[in-house]
Amino acid sequence: MEEAKALLFIAGAILMGLGALGAAIGIGSLGGKFLEGAARQPELIPLLRTQFFIVMGLVDAVPMIAVGIAFYILFAVA
Amino acid sequence: MAGDTLTSSEYIKHHLTNLTYGQHPDGSWGLAHSAEEAKEMGFWAFHVDTLGFSIGLGALFIFLFSKAAKRATSGVPGGLQNFVEWILEFVEDNVKSSFTGKNSFIGAMGMTVFVWIFLMNAMDLVPVDFIPYLAGLMGVHFLKVVPTTDPNATMGMALSVFALTLYYSFKIKRPAGFFAELAFHPFPKYMFPINLLLEGVSLIARPISLGLRLFGNMYAGEMIFILIALLPWYVQWTLSLPWAIFHILIVTLQAFIFMVLTIVYMDMAYTVDEH
Repeated sequence: MEEAKALLFIAGAILMGLGALGAAIGIGSLGGKFLEGAARQPELIPLLRTQFFIVMGLVDAVPMIAVGIAFYILFAVA
Repeated sequence: MAGDTLTSSEYIKHHLTNLTYGQHPDGSWGLAHSAEEAKEMGFWAFHVDTLGFSIGLGALFIFLFSKAAKRATSGVPGGLQNFVEWILEFVEDNVKSSFTGKNSFIGAMGMTVFVWIFLMNAMDLVPVDFIPYLAGLMGVHFLKVVPTTDPNATMGMALSVFALTLYYSFKIKRPAGFFAELAFHPFPKYMFPINLLLEGVSLIARPISLGLRLFGNMYAGEMIFILIALLPWYVQWTLSLPWAIFHILIVTLQAFIFMVLTIVYMDMAYTVDEH
């Protein structure tokens, strides 16, 4: 039983950590490209910002879901 | 914390249980008194809180916006009219920039989806124990305030959007054209089983990811608010205030993304590829 509980904690940690890792890389490169584009053509900033937020929301969803499930595992199941 | 006898995991589970109405195993209909009873009700169990709050917020949206529309003047507009016009223009811009077909229904749908989901998500910003505690005083023991933390609500909306895209695909492209789009797409025609598999999976993945994205975000947000509510009362605000401010972004962003994806999927149903 103790081992099963320990595995649950590890599962939660991996869920949160790997989800955050992926999203950090994704949003980092997305933000960098956004700044590059904005620096090259400042007149396109409003358009780029909208698209940036759309893609950021799409990328951001996956780690947020992982965080929710991980917290459920850590605090309600374990 | 509500009640001193609860452990933290019981408190969390209590907060994540819907008020369920359905048929008991003995054949009578009524509200479930525990999570186990709700589980036994099977398929025909209604989440009364999800239905009630979503319909109530929908009615609020219709009431406010119709009031603004009836009182609209070409003179100096009031605050409500300004606000409604601002949202309307925002939605209209998005529809115009990403929808290329001709359909007067898309704009209305986009605005309904955006405002309704925004209102449902915004219920997350109400303190987690506030409405359930008031309901508890009136004898209702389970209450989930945010309708979008219930996968039934989000998947219901996603499947409605999916059904609409299928309907318009069939209407615009005819069944043959729709099938051709699925079967002859990435690879040449003689490889159609592989094409069908790939396109079929991406077709099915659309409503699932649409519904689960909204559900997952709001569920995670609600979960974190519940965890913050477990802390002693004098430190709660140091965490719940920044999270609530950050959550305003998520609430708006997820409503916006649901709207944009709805419009994009409808646009896909309208665009005919040349082959």
